[in-house]
Amino acid sequence: MSSREDILARVRAHKPALERPLPQVPFFDPPQGTDLLAAFRTAFVQMGGTLPDCGPDDPLDVARAMVAGMPVSCSRVPEIRGNRVLTDDTPPASLADIDIGVVRASFGVAETGSVCLTEVDLQVNTLGYLPQHLIVLLDPARIVSNLHRAYQRPEWRSMHYAVLQSGPSATADIEGVLVHGAQGVRSLRLFFIPAPNG
Amino acid sequence: MSGAQGGDLNRNPPRPDRLDHAEGASVPLRSHVREAQPRGAVINGNHPIDQAEAAERFIAAPEHERMHDARLWDLRQKRDRQMHGIAEWEDLRRLASEIKEHALTHLDHYLEQFEANARANGIHVHWAQDADEHNAIILSLLRDHSVKRLIKSKSMLTEECGFRDFMAESGIEVVETDLGERIQQLDDEAPSHVVVPAVHKLRSDVAAVFARTLGTDPDDDDVHYLTEQQREKTRPLILDAQAGLTGANFVVAETGTFVVCTNEGNADLSANTPSLQIASIGIEKVIPRLEDLPVFVRLLSRSALGSPITQYTSHFRGPRRGGELHVVLVDNGRSERLGMEQFWTSLKCIRCGACMNTCPVFRRSGGLSYGATYAGPIGLIIDPTFNRHRYSSLPFSSTLNGSCTNVCPVRINIHEQIAGWRKVLAETHELPLMKKVMMREAGHLLSHPALYRAAIATADSALKHLPRFMVYNRLNTWGHGREVPAPPRQTFHEWYAKNRPTGQGEPT
Ligand code: SF4
Repeated sequence: MSSREDILARVRAHKPALERPLPQVPFFDPPQGTDLLAAFRTAFVQMGGTLPDCGPDDPLDVARAMVAGMPVSCSRVPEIRGNRVLTDDTPPASLADIDIGVVRASFGVAETGSVCLTEVDLQVNTLGYLPQHLIVLLDPARIVSNLHRAYQRPEWRSMHYAVLQSGPSATADIEGVLVHGAQGVRSLRLFFIPAPNG
Repeated sequence: MSGAQGGDLNRNPPRPDRLDHAEGASVPLRSHVREAQPRGAVINGNHPIDQAEAAERFIAAPEHERMHDARLWDLRQKRDRQMHGIAEWEDLRRLASEIKEHALTHLDHYLEQFEANARANGIHVHWAQDADEHNAIILSLLRDHSVKRLIKSKSMLTEECGFRDFMAESGIEVVETDLGERIQQLDDEAPSHVVVPAVHKLRSDVAAVFARTLGTDPDDDDVHYLTEQQREKTRPLILDAQAGLTGANFVVAETGTFVVCTNEGNADLSANTPSLQIASIGIEKVIPRLEDLPVFVRLLSRSALGSPITQYTSHFRGPRRGGELHVVLVDNGRSERLGMEQFWTSLKCIRCGACMNTCPVFRRSGGLSYGATYAGPIGLIIDPTFNRHRYSSLPFSSTLNGSCTNVCPVRINIHEQIAGWRKVLAETHELPLMKKVMMREAGHLLSHPALYRAAIATADSALKHLPRFMVYNRLNTWGHGREVPAPPRQTFHEWYAKNRPTGQGEPT
């Protein structure tokens, strides 16, 4: 018998013969009228994310200026230009010298301040990790209330890779001292910019 | 169940000076004294591990003990703050437990469903009966792809399998990418905690390890410096590795997805940089549906570190363009455990470490004192399933105060299982004489609820300040005769007896 058959046979022989029905999972929606954008902002900052202060300026201009100030930049969004072009075949490790990356999130989650980035948003998945800094554009109309709602989204059933990023790479493995940029990006900056085609 | 209504998302906003993400401490903590690092339990062939002896050495290093205790207690308090921010917390725990119990009682079905869906998405699925087969499968994959270096993220399963040692003997370089795990690898020591592997070390210990192995400045123990040095030294190794290995926190049968949670993003780097991606996954990780996943994601990091979610929650459902993805489903004793009437629910564990953070014995003795892959309360109930003789005295390293059970996000009755193991080990003659005497006392106490409650007075409310009473009482050999009991304070039962609404009967 193969290991697969052995394991499954042992599981069948040993699994407890108990009635354990699968429960319904409620959505635990927040009260009507909850300000999802405000909740998202609070949670995103709590997770160590940065919401640059744009003052009276157009947030796109602020983001563009940030990108322009970096030697190597790579943008996946039409609104902002970078100087490093990705193709489907770009080797993942070759993104290591990028100073700043720009991506648009598929959606955000108010409960945890998370943004969902998929293999389509990133094109090359290491764009989410190897650049020193990452800028994320998020359409404020695409914020779901909590993780129960987030997992109703279609991305999970179609993408091979999708991540909820909540703030930058962080560690506190030494004496609990929090340091950003353990292995991945040192900062995660977010701008609320409506998607061009709604 | 409180219905479909959830809590107010804007309640309990975090204090601006307290960023509760990742494993960061919420109170200023730092070591001031350089002190030799106490090492873990003495491993002597198949002899029973003497946790008490290793714990005494840990306690004899006061700076290490103080920092360890303070850090883990801070994580426990951060967890409590998160719990209070979620109105449906107890509903989530109940759901998590029910989903896991359903999945485990239908495990064969969900494993087959996961396998079929993962294969349909292009994932290669392998099955390993034990550690040896797991290691052999991965070695042959690495040889097929001429891999010289493998980068990996933290995985308790690979610790179970002795993976790093095996690969070293086979001539494959393995590089850990989680900071804490990397520190432990460079120091040739096992992780001491499932979530914070180097929590037993002080900054000066890390500076010494890095100076010795990475050539950093031995006198500079600034945490930012040390972390940055590790980033700089590890990055080139990540960039030209030929294979990446991760574990998995959850496996979704319905979609063929596995989910990995990290704070550093190191699992995503390990998985997304080299062209060969491998995941080692215990068979108990499977859950039925996508809608079950948020229940666990909401509980995991809040229970573990008191942060709302890990920085990265990564979902792998198929190979990358131009890449290859292999999953190894590992049994290694799990299917046997499933048949243990008293202990099968230990398979619900999601390895959050909350039971360790709250345990007075763990906090004051360090994870390495257990001399086993799994330390702390969860270790006490699963280590004996790996080796009943070697780990025969571990179930006595507990005060049975029940705090572990109270914090467990999947509601495992941990302290009852610890008591259960004491009995089983007594019946199978795996008990040293001293512990047999103790067992009689413990048995008497456990069979008399009122007495038991008297004995655990102080346990939970006073858990922070007065762990000594529980740690050093006469039920636990290793604190024998060393301390006087602390004055009792009010427990839940005392409180309830005074405040119960009807004024009759004991709570049930
Ligand atoms: S037993 Fe419960 S509390 Fe302990 S690690 Fe497992 S899930 Fe967490």
